[in-house]
Amino acid sequence: MSSKVVADVEAAVGGIESGSTILIGGFGSAGLPSELIDALIANGASDLTIVSNNAGNGEQGIAALLQARRVRKILCSFPRQSDSFVFDALYRAGEIELELVPQGTLAERIRAAGAGIGAFYTQTGFGTRLAQGKESRIIDGKGHLLEHPIHADFALIRAELADPLGNLTYRKSARNFGPVMATAARCTIAQVSRVVGIGELDPEAIVTPGIFVRRVVCTRGRRQAGWTESAA
Amino acid sequence: MHARAQAGWVDGERGMTSLGLRRDRSAMAARVARDIPNGSYVNLGIGLPTRIAEHLNPERGVVLHSENGILGMGPPPEPGNADPDLINAGKEPITLMRGGSFFDHALSFSMIRGGHLDICVLGAFQVSIAGDLANWHAGAEDAIPAVGGAMDLAIGARRVFVLTEHLTRAGESKLVEKCTYPLTAAGCVDRIYTDLAVIDVTPEGLVVREIVQGWTLGELCRISRLKLRGNPVEVAP
Repeated sequence: MSSKVVADVEAAVGGIESGSTILIGGFGSAGLPSELIDALIANGASDLTIVSNNAGNGEQGIAALLQARRVRKILCSFPRQSDSFVFDALYRAGEIELELVPQGTLAERIRAAGAGIGAFYTQTGFGTRLAQGKESRIIDGKGHLLEHPIHADFALIRAELADPLGNLTYRKSARNFGPVMATAARCTIAQVSRVVGIGELDPEAIVTPGIFVRRVVCTRGRRQAGWTESAA
Repeated sequence: MHARAQAGWVDGERGMTSLGLRRDRSAMAARVARDIPNGSYVNLGIGLPTRIAEHLNPERGVVLHSENGILGMGPPPEPGNADPDLINAGKEPITLMRGGSFFDHALSFSMIRGGHLDICVLGAFQVSIAGDLANWHAGAEDAIPAVGGAMDLAIGARRVFVLTEHLTRAGESKLVEKCTYPLTAAGCVDRIYTDLAVIDVTPEGLVVREIVQGWTLGELCRISRLKLRGNPVEVAP
């Protein structure tokens, strides 16, 4: 049986082409697949559409990807941060397109893509400027907006443990968008802290079943001193 | 005393503070905490609402939710014990209470949008007499927008409280006839807690339930530039 575990991050992001739509997990830096993003920058793909909760901090991660001018459009809920100067400058210069999506609608549009749902109605955003251009409908006396799924070519996520089948567990609030993004891309790539053998993950505790995961890469060594890795 | 208070007000917030006729931020947070029933599931917004947690005795069993996939959020960790994988919606390090749980974003927002949260407490730029809330965009067209989970919380929680100073730094009322800033959601706010009063949003408009000692309903109406009703209880700041 072939393993989904690849040798390094370069192999993990292999085949990501210019023009791709990529989901990137993480909330702030928790759950952000930093090494995969660095590899994506090195890979050279451009004209990307990125879907992530934030638009990067400082000059690392998504901010570095933006700074390298690889991103045409970003969908996110909270681009403005105290240190989002890379995004801010590109946005003000009109050099990046922004689709601002309420956080729950962002998660649900990704979930809808993964679950084969054509579109859904939600109250979030009704009667606001984010409703512009959207179909609306009154359901049970309350205004709703029609929202469409966000399908992606790739998802880059960070998990804690993986097995060769691609089953994943996460760590604390680094889980955030990972499980839902894993379902919504044609090719989901997970960077993990440790790979364990088949059968070593408790089936009751697997959060993302391997059916949703195409490639796994182990990126250990960035942990701060004093951290203890959770056991399988 | 009242005349001096009014003069102080005209001079701006600093004048008010020196007269002590307002609740400080800790007292504002404590006042909201008193209205949260024991055992509630609650989401506290970024900024001042986060400080309500300091006034919730753990014995009351209030369970704090965080958008990024946490129920049972605890206080900040001891210095040196921060875990980058354990943060709140404001991206500050926190801890997990015994019995807490982690889950993904879709499930987290099912809790919010599916009406499972008893209360959320949000900050505000403006609240209208109809309970419309504006709290995500200060109107400037060149501003970098950011909405986060505010729109989801505003429509999803069973009760929406607003916790905010009564006036802006420039002395303008945050209670308004109609919001001029972009809306977060229409008609979503149930109750407003300010440094001067506790105010309910009702079908008949804003009704003042409590007012800080030294203020009259008439004075509150004047600085709010609104017609406020009610027979408020006078309370200590």
